[in-house]
Amino acid sequence: MSKFSLLDHELIPNHEIMDDDELRTVLKHFNVEREQLPKIKVTDPIAQEIDAMPGDVVKITRKSQTAGEALYYRYVME
Amino acid sequence: MSISEATIDSMIGGLSLPMTTLATLKDDVMKVGVTKKELEEIIERVMADYEYACVEPCEAVGVVSAQSIGEPGTQMTMRTFHYAGVAEINVTLGLPRLIEIVDARKTPSTPMMTVALEEGYATDRDLARKIAWEIEATHIAHLADVTTDLANMNLVVDLNEKMLIQRDVAVDDVAEKLGEELGVSVKVSSAVNNQIIVQPNEPSYRELLQLAKKIHTITLKGIEGIKRVVIRKDGEEYTLYTEGSVLKEVLHIEGVDITRTSTNNIGEIYEVFGIEAARNSIIKEASDTLREQGLTVDIRHIMLVSDIMTCDGEVKQIGRHGISGEKASVFARAAFEVTVNHLLDAGMRGDIDELNGVTENIIVGQPIKLGTGDVHLVARNPLKDSGEQ
Repeated sequence: MSKFSLLDHELIPNHEIMDDDELRTVLKHFNVEREQLPKIKVTDPIAQEIDAMPGDVVKITRKSQTAGEALYYRYVME
Repeated sequence: MSISEATIDSMIGGLSLPMTTLATLKDDVMKVGVTKKELEEIIERVMADYEYACVEPCEAVGVVSAQSIGEPGTQMTMRTFHYAGVAEINVTLGLPRLIEIVDARKTPSTPMMTVALEEGYATDRDLARKIAWEIEATHIAHLADVTTDLANMNLVVDLNEKMLIQRDVAVDDVAEKLGEELGVSVKVSSAVNNQIIVQPNEPSYRELLQLAKKIHTITLKGIEGIKRVVIRKDGEEYTLYTEGSVLKEVLHIEGVDITRTSTNNIGEIYEVFGIEAARNSIIKEASDTLREQGLTVDIRHIMLVSDIMTCDGEVKQIGRHGISGEKASVFARAAFEVTVNHLLDAGMRGDIDELNGVTENIIVGQPIKLGTGDVHLVARNPLKDSGEQ
């Protein structure tokens, strides 16, 4: 089997771990704490693929049928 | 007179509009050719229209979604089974399928995989056939006649040579696999071609009958749980459809295009591809089910449902053990199902209901906090103000 990244799958949108600066802007924009964001489990196959740690926030760039592209954020939890 | 592409880009670049709207706006403006002043006015109008189209704060989107999915749901057929285009594979459709999706069942009643093939394999029918045999579970019943020989106290397996060639299995492999799984002596007969003799450890009838039963459950080749594989030509490519779903195993087979292979089992997608793929899959399955019945439901409603189902990092059902059962309010939970249990438990624990939600306020007979009900008017009393001065 050739090495492949789960992120190439057509059902899986792009996931990336956010850096602190970007995260601060996002949290300020929504006026929330990071724990209030939607969650992703640290055991999730994609969280493991990008080596996300509990406490990180993952930025997800979804392809949306209505908006073209939509950003979503998930807080990595145990 | 009309302005350049770069100017348009810089003018509409900073707008907080969705990508598709921006693209349409740009295309139309380029096609028509407008002056800077005109574009400014266009932008102003588009922004006003966009704001008007947005959902207002305090709008009950959940209730709107529930009704928008529920009403077409009443028109769905109760007919469970249907051959949905895919050659001969039976899939649950209609209302039962929709219920299955929102209930987040571990396994659907008719699991099915769509296996895409890699370049090179996809256009070659023989190669596609070969992969299909790799996937489909082969049992002894497919290959041979098994007879119980009571005189010699053994099982005689007469292999069908045609089937062996078709499924690409060797006699020795079958014998080896049987010996491994059954834990008894298995010999390839030297007298008769393609015959295997299975000898129980002890010459007892019980043992022999058990062997005869057990021999049928062994998977000789392929993936256990895949009952059938159907090859279909979609455009230029051959695609495999399977009855039964074991996504994890299929991804390891050579020639399978992993990036386009999926299943209708949402629980399996969640395990293998993660929560975001599960969300996409819920949207796809739910809207496909509704569309197949000729019902149009705006995708935003379905997106809201799947967002709620996946927001905690796992797929939760809409129901007593999921979204509705986790509501903070006692009354809201009691209004859904098992009313007495919730009220009794809350009473024993001394729970407090803050009456913040819709359901609770309807139960106690107060205006709900939605729309105008959520706005508080604060008026200054002019008399009192002047009196103090």
